[in-house]
Amino acid sequence: MNKVMSNKFYIAFYIAPALLLLLILVFIPLGLSGYYGLMDWDGIGEKTFIGLENYIQGIQDKLFWNSAFHSFLLAIFSTLSLVIYLTVSFILASKIKGADLLRKIYLIPMLLSSVAIAQLWVKIYNPSNGILNVFLMSIGVENPPLWLANPSIVLFAIFVPILWQYAGFYILIYYAALKNIPESLIEAARIDGASAFQIATRIKLPLIKEVVSVTIVLAIVGSLKYFDLIYVMTAGGPNGASEVMASYMYKLAFSNYNFGYGSAIGFLLLIITLIVTLIIRKLTETKDKLEY
Amino acid sequence: MRRIGYFFLYLALIIVGLFQILPLIWLFLFSLKDNNEIFAGSPFALPSEFRWENYEKVWNGGIGTYFFNSVWITVLAIILTVLFASMAAFAITRLKWKLSGLVLGLFMVGLMIPIHSALIPLYSMFLSVDLIDNPISIVITYTAYNLPITLMILLGFYYTLPHEIEEAAIIDGCSIHRMFFQIILPMTSPILATTVVINMIYNWNEFVFVNTFISSEKYKTLTVGIQNFIGQYMTDWGAIGATLVISVLPIIVAFIFFSNKVVEGISSSAVKG
Repeated sequence: MNKVMSNKFYIAFYIAPALLLLLILVFIPLGLSGYYGLMDWDGIGEKTFIGLENYIQGIQDKLFWNSAFHSFLLAIFSTLSLVIYLTVSFILASKIKGADLLRKIYLIPMLLSSVAIAQLWVKIYNPSNGILNVFLMSIGVENPPLWLANPSIVLFAIFVPILWQYAGFYILIYYAALKNIPESLIEAARIDGASAFQIATRIKLPLIKEVVSVTIVLAIVGSLKYFDLIYVMTAGGPNGASEVMASYMYKLAFSNYNFGYGSAIGFLLLIITLIVTLIIRKLTETKDKLEY
Repeated sequence: MRRIGYFFLYLALIIVGLFQILPLIWLFLFSLKDNNEIFAGSPFALPSEFRWENYEKVWNGGIGTYFFNSVWITVLAIILTVLFASMAAFAITRLKWKLSGLVLGLFMVGLMIPIHSALIPLYSMFLSVDLIDNPISIVITYTAYNLPITLMILLGFYYTLPHEIEEAAIIDGCSIHRMFFQIILPMTSPILATTVVINMIYNWNEFVFVNTFISSEKYKTLTVGIQNFIGQYMTDWGAIGATLVISVLPIIVAFIFFSNKVVEGISSSAVKG
């Protein structure tokens, strides 16, 4: 039995396809990204080794930090929006008839491609014919904003479809966690005279702490990687007002053909994402594992 | 008092539901109108005449090709991903080898990677082996990048499979391959369905790889195709609406039929950080 199950040929046969694809298409490119970052390279011609120049330029690049700032702003918005999702989940999990159907309806936007979502919201924000401004004008607003053309509101305008897209996802996760809490605990608190609000904040919330910390990591790290939606809605504009790290990297490489510098920015994106992930994990770590 | 409280709770939930669903209803309605009606009429009014010709026009104008590309690329990548991930899950949980923990760790790290950091090197790798503007590059990239999440979803199920199965199979003289393909793989079919659904959503909606690696119209998938297409019909809202509805319809239909699997898959994909 053991002899068959530890036969080297079989092991190689079963693990090789997945492992080779992972190494060749995921890990080697990541390493190469750091290496290409050391080159002056237009993507087609010869690579010239220039040491850390690209990385130093990246650290001093105002446009890069501008895009990083926008990425972090979106990360903060996303984290704050978790409070809304959590509130909705609490309501949904409080013996609501039709909760199952509702959470499925909430989930629909999450299933659509970011490109379709972006195109739809470009139409919603259309200055004269989009439903948003049509509605605003119908209630008497005379000059409704040009949502995607105004540098001071474009990032908020982009965040609304993000909120719309991910609501169902987070509500689904919170709802499942809340439904996992044994009814007996809630019953006991109720008999002791706890109000619905106290039960929610003092009993349920601490019990799903771990799930909440996972969603914080997801919201922040996910935000640092945003690309599709912004690329389609504004391409980082107007004038860089909605540029994020990934869209800046993409522009450097595939519009300006600055592959060396683009790789360095891509590598910085990787490092920033990994560091932030580790920090958030550390900060939200729950030491005492709750058992119930 | 209690009843009034519940009334407000329901009201809040319904408002959230409307926020989630109204943009899509508006999209569907304007996909069946012409510009005059869209710009002059009320946004949520039913079309005076259902203009299905919007759909016919965009389908024959190129969306049909993008649609079929999306279908075959999605299906092929799903088959490869689910097969390779199942084999890997079998190797990691059932076969006995020293490095299995390390290999599992590599797949876990693979969950956290921002794909954009790998984009430039992937592009130059495919360029050097002549796979740029070739849909094979898309299929293998989808497979590689969906392996970690698919493996994670499968692992939980593989750990719960009783060891007696393979002991009995081997004592009966069954080969490893027969045991995997004819006994274990069929036993995992409930969880395979979940991974298929989740892979379908990822592959169907993927944008940046196709946008970067594919330049010929004949190989483009829907996400990238509708981008160019909408540029072409800039001012024809009905056509744009029809294009978007076609692009999201397969996922919505899959959701209507397999909503529980989708919910299960999305919840387990929460580990994807």
